[in-house]
Amino acid sequence: MLVFIIRRLLQSLLALAVMSLLVFVGVYLIGDPVAILASPDATEVDREQIARALGLDRPLWEQYAVFVGEALRGNFGKSFVFGQPAMGLIFERMGATVELALVATVVSILVGLPLGIYAGLRPDGIAGRSIMAGSILGFSLPTFWVGLMLIMIFAVQLGLLPASGRGQVGSFLGLHSSLFTLNGIVHLILPATTLALVRAATTIRLARAGVREVLHMDYVKFARAKGLPERRVIGVHVLKNIMIPIVTVTGLEIGSVIAFAVVTETIYAWPGMGKLLIDSIVNLDRPVVVAYLIVVLFILVMLNLIVDILYSVLDPRVRLGEQKG
Amino acid sequence: MSETPTLEVRNLQTHFFTREGVLKAVDDVSFTVRAGEIMGLVGESGSGKTVTGFSVLGLVDPPGRIVGGSILFKGEDLAHAGEERLRALRGSRIAMIFQDPMMTLNPVLRVDTQMTEAILAHEQVSERAARARAAAALAMVGIASPEERLLAYPHQFSGGMRQRVAIAIAMLHRPDLIIADEPTTALDVTIQGQILYEVQKLCRETGTALVWVTHDLTVVAGLADTVSVMYAGKIVEQGRVDDVLDRPLHPYTNGLLGSVPSRNRRGQKLRQIPGMTPSLLRLPQGCAFRSRCPRADQACTEMPALAELAPGHLARCVHPHLETAGA
Repeated sequence: MLVFIIRRLLQSLLALAVMSLLVFVGVYLIGDPVAILASPDATEVDREQIARALGLDRPLWEQYAVFVGEALRGNFGKSFVFGQPAMGLIFERMGATVELALVATVVSILVGLPLGIYAGLRPDGIAGRSIMAGSILGFSLPTFWVGLMLIMIFAVQLGLLPASGRGQVGSFLGLHSSLFTLNGIVHLILPATTLALVRAATTIRLARAGVREVLHMDYVKFARAKGLPERRVIGVHVLKNIMIPIVTVTGLEIGSVIAFAVVTETIYAWPGMGKLLIDSIVNLDRPVVVAYLIVVLFILVMLNLIVDILYSVLDPRVRLGEQKG
Repeated sequence: MSETPTLEVRNLQTHFFTREGVLKAVDDVSFTVRAGEIMGLVGESGSGKTVTGFSVLGLVDPPGRIVGGSILFKGEDLAHAGEERLRALRGSRIAMIFQDPMMTLNPVLRVDTQMTEAILAHEQVSERAARARAAAALAMVGIASPEERLLAYPHQFSGGMRQRVAIAIAMLHRPDLIIADEPTTALDVTIQGQILYEVQKLCRETGTALVWVTHDLTVVAGLADTVSVMYAGKIVEQGRVDDVLDRPLHPYTNGLLGSVPSRNRRGQKLRQIPGMTPSLLRLPQGCAFRSRCPRADQACTEMPALAELAPGHLARCVHPHLETAGA
């Protein structure tokens, strides 16, 4: 197990190195940040000054070497635009995004799992069919449209919920989250619902497919033949078997939700890091983009690791040590 | 013999309502099993023997349904019992052992979980007491160091071991009736012998009635007291095991016996039953076996009744092998 974790972390370091190089070169190829940072009437001298201050006058390989050297000491550079440490900028906004992503994921499971199981148990009933039809909508409706419609209905027409921004942030046990204030929770409802919709649709389909498959297994019939109550047959024997794919997909999706909740954050003016990434790309703010992707990669690697560990907890046949990869 | 039989199935009909039509998987099946008695339920794949077993437990999957007859378990009709009553009987009074031991245990739950839950589903005992009983049950079926094995997952057992675990689970509540659906088919011959021996011993000791569903006549010969032969959803022959196997009345039973290789007929050509089991959706009119039967003629287009042709020996045939029956 420990060997597995260490090997996994080493692999992720390699991925990190490759990715940082790609992003470095990529941003360099897109354009010159100095052209964006300098005011339109700046002189050639001013421009050279800016370039020198940012270290952009040196050749690319040298810039990369400096970056790597600094990064190894935990310094990921300062934002060209804000002049603040890039990591600091990201962490400032990460709380809001992680909070949104986690709430959305929890909601999607709480909604998707029971609906999916129900649809799997009664595939031919009206309710079961409606759930499946609904999940297709959940898949195919574009996030921005759903967001706008939710705002239209609940904020504009009914006036029940706020349409934008993060509400009051409370703190509890040193954690800062809008979940700790009523105002914060009210602000979370619409964006979290929007974000949860697609995930819930995925969960419904996975749960339904899983139930349909597992229900015909001999061990389910054997569990019934033992005289177990139906809720134990479904809640333990079936559920534990269908959780394997659901945990895998959900775990991986949390990562992508955190990393790329840009659309939802934009619609609801949510002060998360998705917006920061878009702005930084537009401004060619390389340190922030690189630092952002490092954070995202780190989150994805961690989630992958957690998923693999959970996988071995859920499925005893999986032995982490022997696994290659 | 005045006591109520453990299981008395009367004119059971279990049909599957599929899109292609009504599939009469079990069509007018009757048999009786008394306490401590072992009945072999013999037939080819698709003859309805497994569905008969599931019908007794009320575990027929939709679109299947029991549409007629009665299943009297110690006098109580299970065909019309409520789901909650059936659940209470399942596992505690009527247990089932399945065909494929690789598939019957849940792969993601430990053996102790799967055993104690079976106890706790029927009895209010402590977790600890349930564990102790589970361990004792494992020891009873010949599993070494049961305490340790309780902590294992099914994939850490061999096929034979898993079937022993399944049998131990079936025996946990000392049921009155066990339905065993080809439990040794997937196992090695040596393991098969051991398990047959264990099951037989347990039944004799505890007075459990046993319905042994199988296609293997040699197993029936060594194990059962009575035998019912099924073909296309109907019982075609029924009687004491010696009568049926030594003096088969129905050409189908005769054919089955002829297709078993035997030392007494070394060098002779193995007889076989021509053709295949007919689809239950397209059964020939009259006797379902007539398309494959060497004795069939015009009279067979009418379904014969199951008749007692020798004392305690029933067959459903127009032209039974009465000459060999010595009646």
